Amino acid sequence: MNLEQHIRERLKKKPVLVMSHLICGYPSLDDNRQMLQIMHDAGVDLVEFQFPFSEPSADGPVFTRANQKALDAGTRVADCFELMAWASSKFSFMPVMMGYTNTVIQYGEDAFCQKIAACGGRALIIPDHPPEEDTQLLAAAKAHGLCVIMLMTPTNTDERLHTLGTKASGFVYGVARRGVTGAKTAFDTGVATCIDRYRHATSLPLAIGFGISSSDDVAFLKGRAEIAVVGTAFLTAWETSGPDAAKQLLAALT
Amino acid sequence: MWDIFAIEKNGYYGRYGGAYIPEILHTTIEELKSAFDQARRDPEFWHAYETLMGSYSCRPTPITHLENISRDLGGAQIYLKREDLNQTGAHKANNVFGQGLLMQRMGKNRVIAETGAGQHGVASATMAARMGFKCTIYMGADDVRRQRPNVFWMQQLGAEVITVEDGTRTLKDAINAAMRDWVGSMDHSHYVLGTACGPHPYPQMVSYFQSIIGKEARKQWETMFPGEQPTAVIACVGGGSNAMGLFQGFLDCDACKIIGAEAGGRGLEGHAHAARLAQHRGTEGIAHGYRTYFLQDEDGQMRDTHSVAAGLDYVGVSPILSYLSDIGRLQSEAPTDVEVIAALKKTIQREGIIPALESSHALAAAYRLAPTLPTSARLLVSLSGRGDKDIFTIADALHDPAWEDFITETAERYKKKR
Ligand SMILES: Cc1ncc(COP(=O)(O)O)c(C=O)c1O
Repeated sequence: MNLEQHIRERLKKKPVLVMSHLICGYPSLDDNRQMLQIMHDAGVDLVEFQFPFSEPSADGPVFTRANQKALDAGTRVADCFELMAWASSKFSFMPVMMGYTNTVIQYGEDAFCQKIAACGGRALIIPDHPPEEDTQLLAAAKAHGLCVIMLMTPTNTDERLHTLGTKASGFVYGVARRGVTGAKTAFDTGVATCIDRYRHATSLPLAIGFGISSSDDVAFLKGRAEIAVVGTAFLTAWETSGPDAAKQLLAALT
Repeated sequence: MWDIFAIEKNGYYGRYGGAYIPEILHTTIEELKSAFDQARRDPEFWHAYETLMGSYSCRPTPITHLENISRDLGGAQIYLKREDLNQTGAHKANNVFGQGLLMQRMGKNRVIAETGAGQHGVASATMAARMGFKCTIYMGADDVRRQRPNVFWMQQLGAEVITVEDGTRTLKDAINAAMRDWVGSMDHSHYVLGTACGPHPYPQMVSYFQSIIGKEARKQWETMFPGEQPTAVIACVGGGSNAMGLFQGFLDCDACKIIGAEAGGRGLEGHAHAARLAQHRGTEGIAHGYRTYFLQDEDGQMRDTHSVAAGLDYVGVSPILSYLSDIGRLQSEAPTDVEVIAALKKTIQREGIIPALESSHALAAAYRLAPTLPTSARLLVSLSGRGDKDIFTIADALHDPAWEDFITETAERYKKKR
């Protein structure tokens, strides 16, 4: 089954899937393994494995610091692959690689995609990679059966959304608001209008991210989108109140 | 003149450049590209720009012959293009006021800028004050410490200065922070990038505004030495904006060497330098929105760089310079901190000119080269900025006990007042 079919299969059992997120190597690879167990137990459907990068310019303050600390602790690209492979062998959620273009091209587009596929990864989310640039990456991903996830954003014109729609596969990541990750989003008519515009541009499952932190936010997505992305809220719960709080947060969302 | 628009293809210069930006900025960058294209095709725009720089920023800046040092070295005659005489004391004003005029055309009212040495920050804050814009400047914590006088002036000029504690706390982290601001504020804010780097169209746009240096210098040179080309033109290379500015005036001169001076820091053996092109120390990568040579490890993580000059302490370099380097047109040198301090001292004592530490890299390269050439040869060097801002760093390097006493006394006076 391809990624879209997998997602549709899971959607038969619940109205909104959850995609959670971690930064490989932060707070530590051991913590990551514990996080992944919690995500699995909570019934999370997809997990973003963010490969830390020294220049995380699309990340908010919480993730920026986490990227830096993961690198300070010596996290290498090889560790990220290993973590993903470990999770794939143990859990049933679908792993997705998230990170920056440079990480991919330093390894080599083809070799990187091959490795991700071998580690059980299903897709790449690369926020600093518009589909027009370096089409080698898109070709390599396709050759190894990976989807390159397109991001749709509130500032895109309808024409641009349409272009992104034609290039998308797997699912589409709809950004709920302007700005970087981390800040809260008011899930209101503004966001609903945005989601409508994304919906018009693609028939693929739609993930909505940036600022989802409560069961109300997920409830808001019911009937509007297929996947809720939980990023900063999980890490913040982990950092401020520990694993149990992070577990409760996920339990409330799934 | 050599044409920067003729060598660009879809935002690339050979393999380098591009626009690796988050999708949320797609529309903003498209708007910027189209506003810039319209402006540069409008002859009135360049005219308005030259008029502004003439009445507000001492343009055209003169060319000065370093008579004493040329005689001391006994080789080529050395000439300086005096960008230090710009309003705010560096070439940075050229780019900033150009982008300010563009902001007026785009109807934006808030400036975001990153700064390393603080020169670009001061120039941006000055432009914002003059043109009536709000202004936020991002500056790495290490640079804030190194260039405190510039922070003082930015704040006096009404700018909000935000200290960036992420990463290596230098210029690259300030760029990331400015980007993060912009992805949330693009409706009213324009990101005034300070050098010929970043996503397309910045490398081209910044080079276009800085080309005022090369255009003037070429005309002045032809008047001074009709029918003769310089033996070499030399500029320091941080991101590459003053270099691109001067080089554009001479890239079509076949006999003229084009030389960039990067930060040699403590030498190229280790990693305490910022030489990306010299001795092929950089490797190809993508960060900060563009593809170029970066100083990075095998995983593509950017390295900590070092230079006595905060403005050269950067991991990437203009994609246009990477291209010129690949095709063999640009030659790169990397004088060390020690050589640079010696060049700076010599220039102050023998010529009465106080160069910025950044610009002193170009001087050091010229002082290396001049003695190897006949006295009939002529070198044209970009004196990108003046050195007053570097008083703390230079005083440290020169070990001036009287200055240290003065600082200690001043500090004690402040302590008592508290
Ligand atoms: C005086 C001066 N020269 C040179 C530079 C380096 O920048 P660029 O390579 O863009 O000219 C700086 C940067 O801050 C500077 O302040």
